[in-house]
Amino acid sequence: MNIVVAIKHIPSTADDLPVKGNNVDFDSVDFVLNEFDEQSIEQAVLVKEAVGGTVTVVGVDMIGELDGVLHLALAKGADKAVKITGDDPAADSHQQAKWLSEAIKGMSPNIVFAGVQASNDLDGQIGPMIAAHLDMPYIGGVSSVEVAGDSATINKEFAGGVGAKYSVSLPMVVGVQASTKPPRYAPVSKVRQVAQTATIEKVAPSGDISSGLTFKKMAPPVVTGHAEMIEGSSKEVAKKIVELLKSKGLA
Amino acid sequence: MSNDIFVITEHMDGKFSDVSFELVGKAKELASALGGQAVAVVVGGGVSSNAFASDSTIHVDDAALSQFNPEAYGKVIEALVKEKSPRLVMFGWTATGMDLAAWLSARLGVPCAAYVKNIGADLTMSCQAYGGKMAADVAAEGDMAIAACLAGSFPVEAGQGSTAATTIASPVDLSSLKVKFVEAIKPAGGDVDITSQVKLVSIGRGIGGKENVELAEELAGKIGATVSCSRPVVDAGWLPRTRQVGKSGLKVKPKLYFMLGISGAPEHLEGMKSAELIIAINTDKKAPIFNVAHYGATADLFEVAEAMLELL
Repeated sequence: MNIVVAIKHIPSTADDLPVKGNNVDFDSVDFVLNEFDEQSIEQAVLVKEAVGGTVTVVGVDMIGELDGVLHLALAKGADKAVKITGDDPAADSHQQAKWLSEAIKGMSPNIVFAGVQASNDLDGQIGPMIAAHLDMPYIGGVSSVEVAGDSATINKEFAGGVGAKYSVSLPMVVGVQASTKPPRYAPVSKVRQVAQTATIEKVAPSGDISSGLTFKKMAPPVVTGHAEMIEGSSKEVAKKIVELLKSKGLA
Repeated sequence: MSNDIFVITEHMDGKFSDVSFELVGKAKELASALGGQAVAVVVGGGVSSNAFASDSTIHVDDAALSQFNPEAYGKVIEALVKEKSPRLVMFGWTATGMDLAAWLSARLGVPCAAYVKNIGADLTMSCQAYGGKMAADVAAEGDMAIAACLAGSFPVEAGQGSTAATTIASPVDLSSLKVKFVEAIKPAGGDVDITSQVKLVSIGRGIGGKENVELAEELAGKIGATVSCSRPVVDAGWLPRTRQVGKSGLKVKPKLYFMLGISGAPEHLEGMKSAELIIAINTDKKAPIFNVAHYGATADLFEVAEAMLELL
């Protein structure tokens, strides 16, 4: 079974995002792995452990710093790592999905995993777009995947614990919201060992595509309100909150 | 090429989601400015489709569409859109819209914007990007665009009405689908229903680990509250999904929503922004929750919780 995980290196939202012109200043931001891709990698490895096969993790190398992420994926159980030498910090989802699809085609995948969404998916997510390019069915918001032979049983989440179970003829693309089990931990020593021994395959980007979106403005949102901030030490804050709750009959 | 605005509505168990009405209401406004029609598109049976204030409603019915099936629904919507060439196709940015909007964009080579909060008369789309930290205005090139809109962006009432739907058969063959609906999954029973709770102590990633959930439970117990949480807490396995508040969880409207270590990402806000009293503790003074909470403190949640326990 050829299991592929398409990952996304995205601008970190830990700090304020710098702006240049009408868009984020992509040359000045840190890039991190899309949080949902952690779930996606875990789900892929779980499927491999259940039915056998190889897990190939592939991502567009946006700023030349994807190796660390790929090493982590290998340490967590992926077998191969591929980076598309995009070297374009501004490449949007449409462009990444096209490059990824071209690279994934040659891997003859039985199942492709992608994180259900990413915080920079302004032009949509890569998962459904990869499915469109590869002419495979797509189900997103997935919280469980079981593979048997050439079909998969998928649990899709709606809201509030409501979901639906589907049976899908492979190959397909899955948009992972949560893996069946929480992502495993890879010890730093293992990651370091992988970094020393692993080979990351490099693939040139192929297939130019535009999202067709023009950015007119990018700025922090205009905020109309703000919380009344309670100052002081933790004890003082606690006292004021308890007083507040009691004054409203809530404690 | 028409100036019509298509709204891909969504329904479950015979009820349309609120976002469907929101989008139809907005579509009416946009279509009127463009000189076109607001068209509500209903896919699948089991629902009374004469529910919208649209200029027209198309109801596509087929046995293969009786439950949401992204493959079947996608094929139907693609065929309809190709045939009718609307100016704009609107989806909710929801569990169903998120399976369809970007897929349609790649299939048709039509621009798509997601996380849309507002659309101007000139069809400029205002989007909430980067976890709510940025607001982006984007324009789509070409003569068709797709907008996937956040629930709660527009008023529901503007889309409610009784336009008679035209029911049609599927425009595409649905006899050999790769995706088959097996069964519905109901929420796990036996746990408390957080949507009926008057007071919630809600924990986020900041709680750090499963072993710290107990502290929140103790605090909740002291004030007659129930513990709820944000999505990452469930994904990490610290609490069951029945406790999750947010876009992919439950919507709550308690008298008290006391938040410990939740940053206030848009997906979480969608589930609790109408709470009567929102108090947030987060060490990040720039956490978006402080723009929504009534009271806040940049303090250590563990210290505050322990101190509160001593006073209660």
